[in-house]
Amino acid sequence: MVNNVKTKLASEHVDFFYGSNQALFDIQMKIPENSVTALIGPSGCGKSTFLRMFNRMNDIIPGTHHTGRILFEDDDIYSANTDVVKLRQQVGMVFQKSNPFPKSIFDNITYGPNIHGLKNKKKLEEIVEKSLKGAALWDEVKDRLHESAMGLSGGQQQRLCIARALAVEPQVLLMDEPASALDPKSTAHIEELIGELREKYTIMIVTHNMQQAARVSDYTAFFYEGNLIEQGETTQIFMNPHEQKTEDYVTGRFG
Amino acid sequence: MKKNHQSKVIIWALRLSTYFIVMVVGYLLFDIIVKGLPTISWSFIFDLPRHSGAEGGILPAIVGTIYLVLGSMIFALPLGMASAIYLSEYAFQGRFNRYVRLAIITLAGVPSVVFGLFGLGLFVLFFGFGASILSGSLTLAFMILPTIIVSSEEALQAVPKGLREGSLALGATMWQTVYKNVLPYALPGMFTGSILGIGRAAGETAPILLTVAAFFLPRLPNSIFDQVMALPYHLYVLATQHPDAQKVLPMQYGTALVLIVIVVFFNLTAIILRNHFRKKIQW
Repeated sequence: MVNNVKTKLASEHVDFFYGSNQALFDIQMKIPENSVTALIGPSGCGKSTFLRMFNRMNDIIPGTHHTGRILFEDDDIYSANTDVVKLRQQVGMVFQKSNPFPKSIFDNITYGPNIHGLKNKKKLEEIVEKSLKGAALWDEVKDRLHESAMGLSGGQQQRLCIARALAVEPQVLLMDEPASALDPKSTAHIEELIGELREKYTIMIVTHNMQQAARVSDYTAFFYEGNLIEQGETTQIFMNPHEQKTEDYVTGRFG
Repeated sequence: MKKNHQSKVIIWALRLSTYFIVMVVGYLLFDIIVKGLPTISWSFIFDLPRHSGAEGGILPAIVGTIYLVLGSMIFALPLGMASAIYLSEYAFQGRFNRYVRLAIITLAGVPSVVFGLFGLGLFVLFFGFGASILSGSLTLAFMILPTIIVSSEEALQAVPKGLREGSLALGATMWQTVYKNVLPYALPGMFTGSILGIGRAAGETAPILLTVAAFFLPRLPNSIFDQVMALPYHLYVLATQHPDAQKVLPMQYGTALVLIVIVVFFNLTAIILRNHFRKKIQW
């Protein structure tokens, strides 16, 4: 769908199964570098499942398997010699339900760097500041870094989770409906943040909210019942969809 | 109005049931304290028994029970927690896992005397540990294992899935995730299970009867291969085997009181530990 832009992630003929239940059918897709790609579609269409393939989070669900290839910079991430730990460091994830750890704000951010072996306190402090600034949260929490992350508001918690993902210096951010549980103001905050993050990261975002997809993304892919119906530049998908199903969905005729 | 009346009746039925239970426990404790307290003295606690326990103190039984509780904990806690971690975090949640769980729950329902017989056969005779602290501790450990496994697993399962996913998504390995982001939050609950286990280990008579407990042994153990007296068995002996049961009645109540105090002491330690771990979590 994209020419003359570097492809960061790609899926080639991907089928995915929960047991004998097929959730994805022959998905072909290219995700350009330093852009925002939105995955839209009705509930159960497979968009979250597809997202979770890119950092192999589906691995932890028993009884699942797939065929086809997922490429991260031309490397098949499901090949036997892939280091999943390293992959997940490079491909970060933000979940639908914000999941701050019941630790201090500081310890939440340093959790990732810590498990990757960084112990230098000064370095860690730098990372905390940089990550929180990156997630537009620094000013709000800089005076209470050692208080529990559970005391933050919902929107702040989600931005903390983004900061936590940034702390391990990923190249890709996968976002699974990151704003679906937030109030409009916090949602606007997250969307603004996504706009800023696009400069440095390749972002894939699953969203239920069509306006959100239209606002934040450069490219949009429409999923329906496990099939990728249409993909293209966001303006084209919303203004001039080629497929009838896409048009019905983006104009709100079903969903 | 009739509905209102009905719900009041139900609430009172529930309330009275609760009060009834509290009363029974309260009366039991009150009775033992009132009848046992006069017997408690320095020499009762720190002297060796004389005349088959009719006179003197109960020091060997106290020491024996403490050894047995500690001994069973040393075996049961690591083993139980380890298998709970495996079952909850690592094992494939399939049919085999369900059978394992069923086996553990069944094990919890096995009468304690059967554990005694099992201990006699395996530890005392087959491994040749003889009737000893080691055999008794191992037997008690197996008896309380199901309690520890089941409650530990529940505590692990109560840790939100998001904490595991969040940790894994940051590139943590499975073990790093369990060790750093699951266990700390499950530990308080895991200790609750061990608290229940301690009470049972200290109070059971049947498992130790066949594997360690001495009828009358007025000296302290020198090694884990020695027999010891233990409070519950001593109590049983005093109450049923003594030629003059009436005469030793105060000794029985004194022994019962000491046993209860020891159980309370162990439980308090576990509760303090649990609260310590709980405080570290910044919910």
